[in-house]
Order: sequence, then structure tokens, then C-alpha cells
Amino acid sequence: MSRTTQKAVAFELNGEPVTLRVHPLKRLLEVLRDDCGLTGTKEGCGEGECGACTVLVDGVAVNACLVPVAQVAGATVLTIEGLQGRHPLQRAFAEHGGAQCGICTPGMIMAAAALGPAPTLDEVRTGLAGNICRCTGYEGIYRAIRKAGPRGSKAKARTPRSRS
Amino acid sequence: MPRFVGRHVIRKDGYSKATGHARYLDDLSFPGLLYARTIRSTIAAGRVVSLQFPPASAGFTVVVPEDIPGRNTVALIQDDQPCLADGVVHHAAEPLAIIAHEDAERARTVEVGVTYAPGTPNFDPQQSRRVFKDVAIHKGRTSDGFRQADLIVEGEYRTGHQEHLYIEPNGVIAVPADDGITIYGSLQCPYYVHHALCALLGLPASRVRVVQTETGGGFGGKEDYPSIIAGHAALVALKSGRPVKLVYDRSEDMLATTKRHPAIVRHRTGVTKDGRLTAIEIDVLMDGGAYCTLSPVVLSRGVLHATGPYRCDHVSVTGRVVMTNTPPNGAFRGFGAPQTLFAAEVHMDRIAEQLGVDPVRLREKNLLRPGDTTATGQVLGEDAAALDVLREAVTRSDYARKRRAWRGTHKGIGLSLFFHGAGFTGSGEVKLQSKATVELTPDGARIRVASTDIGQGQRTVHAQIVAEALGIPYDDVDVIIPDTSLVPDSGPTVASRTTMVVGGLLKRCADDLRTTLGRLTPREYVRRHGPIAVTKQYEPPPGLVWDDETYRGSAYGSYGWACDVVEVEQDPVTLEVRPTKVTAVSDIGTVIFPLGARGQVEGGTAQGLGYALTEEVVMRDGAMANAQLTNYIVPTTLDTPAMDVVFVERPYAHGPYGAKGVGEMPFDGAAPAVVNAIRSLGLDVREIPATPERLMDAPAIAARKGTRR
Repeated sequence: MSRTTQKAVAFELNGEPVTLRVHPLKRLLEVLRDDCGLTGTKEGCGEGECGACTVLVDGVAVNACLVPVAQVAGATVLTIEGLQGRHPLQRAFAEHGGAQCGICTPGMIMAAAALGPAPTLDEVRTGLAGNICRCTGYEGIYRAIRKAGPRGSKAKARTPRSRS
Repeated sequence: MPRFVGRHVIRKDGYSKATGHARYLDDLSFPGLLYARTIRSTIAAGRVVSLQFPPASAGFTVVVPEDIPGRNTVALIQDDQPCLADGVVHHAAEPLAIIAHEDAERARTVEVGVTYAPGTPNFDPQQSRRVFKDVAIHKGRTSDGFRQADLIVEGEYRTGHQEHLYIEPNGVIAVPADDGITIYGSLQCPYYVHHALCALLGLPASRVRVVQTETGGGFGGKEDYPSIIAGHAALVALKSGRPVKLVYDRSEDMLATTKRHPAIVRHRTGVTKDGRLTAIEIDVLMDGGAYCTLSPVVLSRGVLHATGPYRCDHVSVTGRVVMTNTPPNGAFRGFGAPQTLFAAEVHMDRIAEQLGVDPVRLREKNLLRPGDTTATGQVLGEDAAALDVLREAVTRSDYARKRRAWRGTHKGIGLSLFFHGAGFTGSGEVKLQSKATVELTPDGARIRVASTDIGQGQRTVHAQIVAEALGIPYDDVDVIIPDTSLVPDSGPTVASRTTMVVGGLLKRCADDLRTTLGRLTPREYVRRHGPIAVTKQYEPPPGLVWDDETYRGSAYGSYGWACDVVEVEQDPVTLEVRPTKVTAVSDIGTVIFPLGARGQVEGGTAQGLGYALTEEVVMRDGAMANAQLTNYIVPTTLDTPAMDVVFVERPYAHGPYGAKGVGEMPFDGAAPAVVNAIRSLGLDVREIPATPERLMDAPAIAARKGTRR
């Protein structure tokens, strides 16, 4: 994209203010990966179907491949790097089968983080429906999220349900 | 008591993946990088008359067949596939040229004109006149068997293409070195790529180096294909003298890379009134696509699993894989067996229906037991666990009660019984001559193998085996990243062989080292005596004999055994069938890494449910018309049911700590169990995926007799 159309875009990235000169329609995914060097956010499909590029914008899970960077001006953006390896979900995914090939894992963890603590299994299944994992059949991901939750997590009853 | 084998350990790559630190191919960059794009045919057959590239001043590097220094071939089995089509096109999306630029956007959008003289493509395998491979297995005389039969049941079963849909698309980076080339890639088999590049580039083995990067899923889709994409990037790198990145976007990956072979399988079975199989005749036809790739071995595995896990004295299985003008099909988890096991297991339920016997009792009567012989004459050992897994699955799932109680409702239940040979087929392992190395370090031990971790947990399982055998902590075992300049050729990471075969080599290395160590720790040993490494090479277990010509003997060192019970619900309005629960009981020998094994069963089953119900590759004019995730539907959280996963461990005498293979088998059983569950709803489905459109066309099952109990 040509330099002449670059604009300054300011937002908060993983707790730090940033100002970038970029084309305002550049995808947030590429801005994060190429301009900010944060390669933890992955591209799986580029059409908003797989969720591998999930990041939180003002606390809401979005597909970074569908968001023009201009749209996050003034917003807070949180990526997997922003969790700093200290989020309970990260440890739980690593230790309890939430990650196999790992390419969906950062997006999956961000989407799970947006669910808040101790989601029910139904809330997890609905909340992660936009994140595709081809390795785990999702069961390992549910186990990891359950392990990450505080003691007495609500996510205990495993009641399979058809899509409503 | 084992300390690490069969125990919970934290997977070696768990934290790096959960923190986003793991570096996949597209996360890497090199100074002076060029971005490459593949120019592909838009016709399925014909000639390329001319290619019009941008002027030289535009700064593009262009590679055409004339730029290939070695042989224009993707060296694999028949070497019939060109790396770049040289004037003649055999399928849509065939690579014609590579164009690269330092500006990724310009490389992506530059227009290259292609003028064609279109030919006449053939898309129908039944009309094909080019056979890549045919195989026949004969046991006894089927004419004798049919004479003993009271009933003959016939049927034809069809399975479609399937896309792997690893979430990380295919991608490589080629970096020119002083006198050769280094490839970084998302790949399963570093030495396959190495072999192919030596032929393509005309370079000696020492000047080609292949390094695996963290790989975001493979499932067979990164077994053979990386040789092509690595070749393309390498050609640009050598011509330009600069590092080259070639990464497919999702649509290109779906359009151009390999798929599971579609198949048509015909069964004709003789059976007595009391349910004994007297004769089995099977014919398998697979669509190989435009080039041979791995089709001969896919067909071979398909044919060898075609009877299902049943004994019969009179068997004839014939199979062939043929050419069509479609992108070449290749390896995909299960490798031919899912197609033939689908047919065998749906056919088994149809035999039960026609006899009026319970499908479980029919299977119990005929399943392979220890001491029985397979269609190739292999005598099964004590670890043949078909009966064990069937009984456990039927009991756990409450199959019989549910089947009775749900009759006439929108709920259905079905099962499949299946087996899967671990390791290369026949004499394959002997020919591979795989090697593995373990060395002692001041910190413990280091594993050097070409086996790749593509998510299945190779690093973890191999480290568990070595830690156990050496008697040192799991955390003290390091597994180096496969790099052909650092690791021996352990064979490809395919065929459910990584734990059983390569893990077995590692155990032998570690056993030797333990003897050498005596009472010393690795640190003490290395300090006193200096570094030491042990390399072992594959030797077949005693008594394992196979004849490639006659297809007689031991087709596989060992088999895993499994039974899936799938429960479904059908929407009476949309006809959509949704799985609601899966009970999966498997024997994979000794379970080395429980969490990983469970993950393999759960993930393979989910992929199989997609194959059964939603994953339809729509081909139009020889190209995938739905090459995007929006309308190629893989299971999401809301499509994947709860799974009850159980292991029945029947150790294999020649596997490390009794392990067999695990990666592929879980895929095999889901589709036939789903279709058998749909049969219990009264719908006669013989083709997958069983989409609502197919279910609308499915005939009702005619006048079923009452099930005998």
C-alpha cells in the first residue's frame, strides 16, 4: 500500500500506547504481525471464519483479519503477547491438552479469555464457535478451560446439545 | 513401575504454543526477502501456448521450466509430476511459473497472461484409461465360499474428496547458501523434501538442507506437497540469489494442494443363515487425480483394510487407482483405509439387516481373534483386540437399550468396528532403513530424529520413551528440531509409525546408553569419558515376512483395534443429522502419553465426523468450487459432540513398552458409525458426506425384519 496514503493511528496495544503511520485500511492482523512484530496472532483463513487471528479490542474478541486498523484508533487491543504467559488459561492449555499443533491456540486462548472466569460448557461452546481447531476435537480445549477456572468452576456439567 | 511412560507429562511444546512464542513459517523473516506467488493453470487439460510476464524493469524474478537446473520432476514414486508444467496442463491449478518481488503486495497482484489451447479433460475415474496402480489379494476360492452361502449381499459405497484443513496453510522459505540451498518449511517429512530438491536442483545431498519450522497441522497434507512448494521457492532463491518466502493463502491451499482420494467400493458377500461370512469379494476404485503422487501406497493400504476386521476363508479384493484431470490426491490421515472401512462397516450393517440379526452379534461372530488369519494370510497375535473393544464400546454406550428405545424417533445410534495397521505397509519399513540417534549431554540426553512434531506430540512421546529407558528425568531429555544437517533419516512422519517404529529405535539407543552409563549420570559420564551418541537402524521383528508381488504375508507389524458408537439426532424439518455423543474404545497397545493419545482419538474422530456429514469438496470443471472456509464446512465447537474415550491396552511385543500406532486409526471409524446411526433412523445412505441433500434423496430401508436377539 502506498506511503502517500499512510495516516497516524493511535491505540493502546497490550497496555502500552502506540502510534503508527500506516494505511488506515491495512488489516489489523498485518499491522500486529508486520508493523508491531507481534507474530503470536496467526492467519488461518483471512476471511473471518477460523478465528486464528482472534484478539481483544476493548475486551471484545474480534477477527484481526477483518478489522481495518483505523477501526481500533483510540481503542485498547490485547494480543496473546499481552497475556505475558501469566494468564491461567495459558498454563492450562499447555498442560492439559488444549494445544496440539498450536496454530489456533493464541486465538483460542484470546477468545476463551473474553468469556470471563468459570464459563459453563454451553457458554464455552457458543463463545468459541468462531474458532476452529482441527486437532483436538475441542475436548482438550474444554478441559483446559475447566482447569484454568477458579475452584468450584461452573463449567462442570458436560451436557452435549445440538445447535439451537 | 514406569516413571514417564503412561504418565501425565507436560508436552514439550505446550508453553511455547500457549504464549504465542512458537515460531511458524510465516512468523520468520530474512533480510532481502522476496515474496513469491505461483502462476497456475485455469484449465484442466490442454496446452499452454504462451505466458506474458511484466517487463524486466518491473523488478520481478520469474521462474519457468527452462530455469530448472536438474530434472523437472517432483521426485517421489513415479516421478511423473513436473515441478512446473512444461507446456502441457493435466489439471486445474497446475503450477506454470513462479513470480516474486520484494513487495509482497506487488507479487500478489501482478497480472500474468496465459494463453491456452484447451484439451478435453476427463473427470470420471470410471472412464479413465490410465491406471497408476492395481492390486489384488486372494485367499481361498470365493466361488467355493459363495456356494456355502445362504444369502449374498451386494452394495456400492462412495466417499468424496476431503480437504485436510490444517489451520496453517502450506508455506516455505528458501535461503540460498554459498553452494546450495536451505529450506525452512511447514512440513512432515524433511527427507522427502531433501530427496525431491536434490533431483530438481541437480545438487548433491550435502548441499541441500531442510529444516522443519513449527508446523500448524499436517494430517498428511504436508507429507508430499511440501516437496512441490519447496521446489518452487528454491528455484526463485537460486535464480535471484535472495531468500524467498512462498506461503499460500487459504483459498490457494484448498484449490491446489492434495485431498483425500475419492473412492467407489463394491462389496459382494456370502453369508450363512446363522451369520457366518463365507465369501468376500471387494472391488476398490480410487481417483488419483492428475499425477501418481502417493496413490499406489494409498491404494495398497485401502485394499489391505477392505475386508474390515473380519475373518473369512474365501476372499478376493481387487483395487485400482486411476488418473483424472483433477489436482493430484495424496496422503490424508488413514491413507486409503477410511474409504474401504466405510464401505465394509456400512455393508456389515446391511448384511445384519438382511439376515435379521443384531449388528453386534454379526460382528462378534466374524471378527478377527488371536490366531485368526487375515486376507493376506497374516496370523494375528494375542494383541488382536477386536472383541475387547467391541464389547467395551457396546456396554459403555448402552448401545442395545438405546437402539431399541429410539426406534421410530429422530434419534439414532450406530457403531463401527475397525482396525488399522501401524507403520509402513508390507516391506516398506525394511526398505526405509530408518535411523535414530540419542546422545548424552551434560544436561541429560538429546534426541536426533527426522520425525516431526506436527501437533501429534512426537517430541513429548519420544522424550518419554528415552527418559524411561535411560532412567533420567523427562525434563532432561531434549528433542532437537528436525534439520537434515543434524538428524539422520528416520523416515517420514506418516503411517502411525512415529511412536511404534521410530520410538522403538530410540528405546534401543537409550537401552544401549543405559548399559554404557552403568551407575553414572549423563553429566558424570560426559565429564569423565566425553560425549557419546548411539544410532540404531530399523530391523524387522522376527517372523515378519511380506511378498510385494503376491500380497501375501504380514501386511503390518501390528494392528490397532477400535470401536466407535455414534449417537445422532435428525432435524425433521431440515433433515440435518447432528452427532450428539461418541463412545470411542481403542486398543493402541501401551499408551505412552495419555493426554496426547486421547487428543488423537478426539481430534481424529471430529475430523471423521466432518468427513461423514459436512465436508463436501464441490468440484466444478476439475477445480474445487468451494475453496474457502465459508462454504467448506469443518466441525466447530457446536458441531462436535461430547466424546467418551477409552483405551483397552493390549501391548505389542515389538513396540516400545508395548506401543502400537495411534495417529490415523481414530479417523477410520466415525463415518461408518454415523451412517449406521442414520440407517437406524430408516434411511439407506451409501455415500458420504451425508448432507441434508443426500438424506433427502436417500431411500427408506425396505421392510426390515425384526432384529433377532
